[in-house]
Amino acid sequence: MKVQQRKSSFVISFLILLLFWVVFSGRFDLFHISLGMVSCAIVSWFVSDLSIPNPRPMGILRLWYNFFLYIPWLIWQILLANFHVMSLVLSPNMMERIDPHILRFRSRIRDELGLVTFANSITLTPGTITVHISAYGDLSVHAIDKDSAAALPGEMEERVARIFGE
Amino acid sequence: MNLISVLLIAIGLFFFLGGSIGIIRLPDFYSRLHAAGMLDTMGLFLSMAGLALYVLTDFTFANVLVAIKIMLIVVFVFITSPTATHAIVDAGVRGFREPWTKDKKGGSSI
Amino acid sequence: MDTYILYSAMALSVFMAIPLYRSVVGPTVKDRIMGVNAIGSKTTVLLIMIGFIFGRVDMFIDIALAYALLNFIAVLAASRYFHKRKGLYQEMDR
Repeated sequence: MKVQQRKSSFVISFLILLLFWVVFSGRFDLFHISLGMVSCAIVSWFVSDLSIPNPRPMGILRLWYNFFLYIPWLIWQILLANFHVMSLVLSPNMMERIDPHILRFRSRIRDELGLVTFANSITLTPGTITVHISAYGDLSVHAIDKDSAAALPGEMEERVARIFGE
Repeated sequence: MNLISVLLIAIGLFFFLGGSIGIIRLPDFYSRLHAAGMLDTMGLFLSMAGLALYVLTDFTFANVLVAIKIMLIVVFVFITSPTATHAIVDAGVRGFREPWTKDKKGGSSI
Repeated sequence: MDTYILYSAMALSVFMAIPLYRSVVGPTVKDRIMGVNAIGSKTTVLLIMIGFIFGRVDMFIDIALAYALLNFIAVLAASRYFHKRKGLYQEMDR
């Protein structure tokens, strides 16, 4: 393992943990901040060989910027799908309207973090749950009716691929 | 400002009610998870947003900190809820449990 | 507004009784885990509402955060542990 990578991973996780410490403790005197610095240093020394970021073709800041642009669209999609599932659940003839089935398709995203983001987005959208995902991008998705299944892979895959620059 | 938070909490409670009814009505546990995991997450997001807005009506530093913490809970749940849902589905798949479909009435009675 | 939060907390605790039915009666173990998960996500909101009623949100928010974390860990551990079905390996041996 490269020492340089390990050092940068230590610094990044230390800063993130210290930010969380300050927000959660809510006290800003020297005693509490120094306690936080000691415990954050110990924890980030433990995890520094676990959380090594993969090298990326594009910068990490660009990635986060794209990701924050993706989140409002995702929340809007989740809201729309929520109302669909709500109407499905509360309708009196629910048993005729639902049609649970499993559909399989192959995603064109190759990045590991991209696949995780895509699978989590599918699960977070009501009506579809990722059952299984392989390392080569084969997904099995459990969908509750035909309308929820029709949206996949579609626009969501396009947007996730665009975040990770593919 | 108060009106918006009242409205958000009401819509969140409505989603919670929908999730609870879905848990009772749907036929097997794969399809129940659609109601249980996702509608509850949305209800939590909306009602937490309403409560955070209500905290911010009295605008002091401590209250801003409380609102940030409430939104951190929402971020945490948005990351962990798909993971928990996937863990339950994966437990079902490892137990070789067939999902309920219309033509083949399998499901939770197995 | 405090009265409104009190009434919505009461409504929330009524909604919590419905997944409780599923987690008591539910035919499989996964149904029970799912019912407990649904109750836990409602409890997170209920704790913050209780904080508003008592006027101590800054204290109850930490309890709610710890409860959300504990709920997630409990669901993960339970679904890892109970993934086997009763009698599954006898069927495979046969």
